Amino acid sequence: MVSKHFTINNAQGFHMRPATAFTVAMAKYPCTVTIRFNGSNVDGKSLLNIIASCIKVGSEIDVICDGDKENEALAEAAAMIESGFGE
Amino acid sequence: MLNGIAASDGIGIGKVLLIQEVSLAYTPHPVTDTDAEIARFREAVQAFILNTEEQARALKESAGEKEAEIMLGHISMINDPYLQGEIEKLIVGGSCAEAALEAMCDMFINVFSATDDEVTRQRAADVRDVKAGVLGLLLGVNEVKISDAPKGTVLVAKELTPSMTAGINKDNIVGIITETGGKTSHSAILARALEIPAVLSIPDVMTVFENGELVIVDGTEGLVIDRPNGAQEKHYREERERFRAERRLLDQYRGKKTVSASGEEYELFCNIGNPENAVAAVERDGEGVGLFRTEFLFMGRTALPSEDEQFEAYKKAAIILKGRPVIIRTLDIGGDKDIPYMGLEKEENPFMGFRAIRYCLQNRELFKTQLRAILRASAFGDVRIMFPLVTCLEELRQGKALVEECKQELRADGVAFNEAIPVGIMVETAAAAMLADVLAKEAAFFSIGTNDLTGYTMSCDRGNSNVSYLYSVLQPSVLRMIRRIIRCGVKNGIPVGMCGEAAADPALIPLLISFGLTEFSVSPTSVLRVRKCIARWTKREADQVAEQAMELVTMGEISEYLKTVL
Repeated sequence: MVSKHFTINNAQGFHMRPATAFTVAMAKYPCTVTIRFNGSNVDGKSLLNIIASCIKVGSEIDVICDGDKENEALAEAAAMIESGFGE
Repeated sequence: MLNGIAASDGIGIGKVLLIQEVSLAYTPHPVTDTDAEIARFREAVQAFILNTEEQARALKESAGEKEAEIMLGHISMINDPYLQGEIEKLIVGGSCAEAALEAMCDMFINVFSATDDEVTRQRAADVRDVKAGVLGLLLGVNEVKISDAPKGTVLVAKELTPSMTAGINKDNIVGIITETGGKTSHSAILARALEIPAVLSIPDVMTVFENGELVIVDGTEGLVIDRPNGAQEKHYREERERFRAERRLLDQYRGKKTVSASGEEYELFCNIGNPENAVAAVERDGEGVGLFRTEFLFMGRTALPSEDEQFEAYKKAAIILKGRPVIIRTLDIGGDKDIPYMGLEKEENPFMGFRAIRYCLQNRELFKTQLRAILRASAFGDVRIMFPLVTCLEELRQGKALVEECKQELRADGVAFNEAIPVGIMVETAAAAMLADVLAKEAAFFSIGTNDLTGYTMSCDRGNSNVSYLYSVLQPSVLRMIRRIIRCGVKNGIPVGMCGEAAADPALIPLLISFGLTEFSVSPTSVLRVRKCIARWTKREADQVAEQAMELVTMGEISEYLKTVL
């Protein structure tokens, strides 16, 4: 299991477009992807659950990848979040 | 005649086509062959994805990329592995596909609707659309095919869903009437993108209108005329021609820079009163926001808006404008407006009284809350601060000192903002006009507010019919004020804009060009018209007109003269 801490820095937060890009990217990996936010765990491959969490700009989150290809998955997740989803 | 919300400009005259909602009712039935039921569900999902891709393609052609993206978002939603997994679990548990789909979609609709985040709440409508689409396929009921509507059709529906609009053929649909929706609803945005006149929020449309009846949609005024008489029809046919001719003419200026005939470039911004108006500013091709009035945040409520609430509103406008300038005017409020919780006393002479920057400087916490919110929003775009009703240098200095205090606090808290945020002033009092040479050395920009400037200069209330004849921006005294303000700005190398109604007045535009105005801020609906007005003048011609006009000594002479040059 690997994990990393992030602060969401794109203006829109984890809304429709960034969340769609994120879930599509994570779907490629066999490992589980979990976003820990505000004390609860959110399925990082589920667009609807991510949107329901209202993760806004400035939010602190942890991304946890567990299983096959977990390092690759976390690296791609980090690249997307840290670049502000190319906003 | 029916009154609704004017959602998309223009006149449409045509025959009603009622779009009945298809019934998605079903009787839940227990399932024994769960594998077959799962296969039936997966088939419906595949068909939904294919349909939606097709609709997105059509929409991209008729309305543009952004609208198509909404449809593609629906595919991402139905592809959610959690959603599909849970639905299939319910089916394995004995539920039919329809009931399983509905249970899971409704759960998300409820969760989205219960959040305090507006953007998330809007997504509930998308889940509803996805649910209806897949449910329709499972039940084998087809949505009404709008693409088959004949030429000259006025669509009448309870609500326009994105999948409905995808089928619209711009050549055949001449108007849209719906029961729900406001100016910024999805239906309204799509209608504008398709340039189809639309009136929304007309009650009971499905019983008021009959299929095939003649109806007129006035999307500019927000009126619907059902069963028009001959005279009305004739009048609106003429209006329609006038509107179309004007749109064709103005469309040539869309997406272009604002330049005079001799090549000088100008900034053409919009005046807005809330963040939703920012959408209109962008749609109407405004190059920025020259005046963002903030009073809306303070009115119609019982307590002051919090810093976060203000920040969200300012940030929203900054994001919508995507890096183009947004000039936010700090609270411009006084004894003439009734805001009970602010404890403003009724005054004998409110326009000369305790208001705007004067009130803010004495209510420092309220003022600093707003300044901090604006500063925080400056991390998301080219946000600028503007103080209203400045009359002396101390007011500008004190205001700027408070901005610095707020910056210090934000720095200490590690909050992002633009260190170089420009702080300028409205020049709308005779005092500021006379002191413009001094103020220009410490203000980052001027914006001339012609409404108050005219009233204060002429000492005249335009609401009083006994004296309103004096109220005109073409009074030689007011023109001299304007010329002085602009010249002082130019001399000190700061930009000078105008955000009053006069900035859109064709008669005044050559004078403003000649004086050296650099920015025009007008209502979103005036943008293209003003760009066209500016384009017809060379600097030299404008100088000649200004020189002649400024030699005339009465308002009557000036007004007559300017009519001859237009």
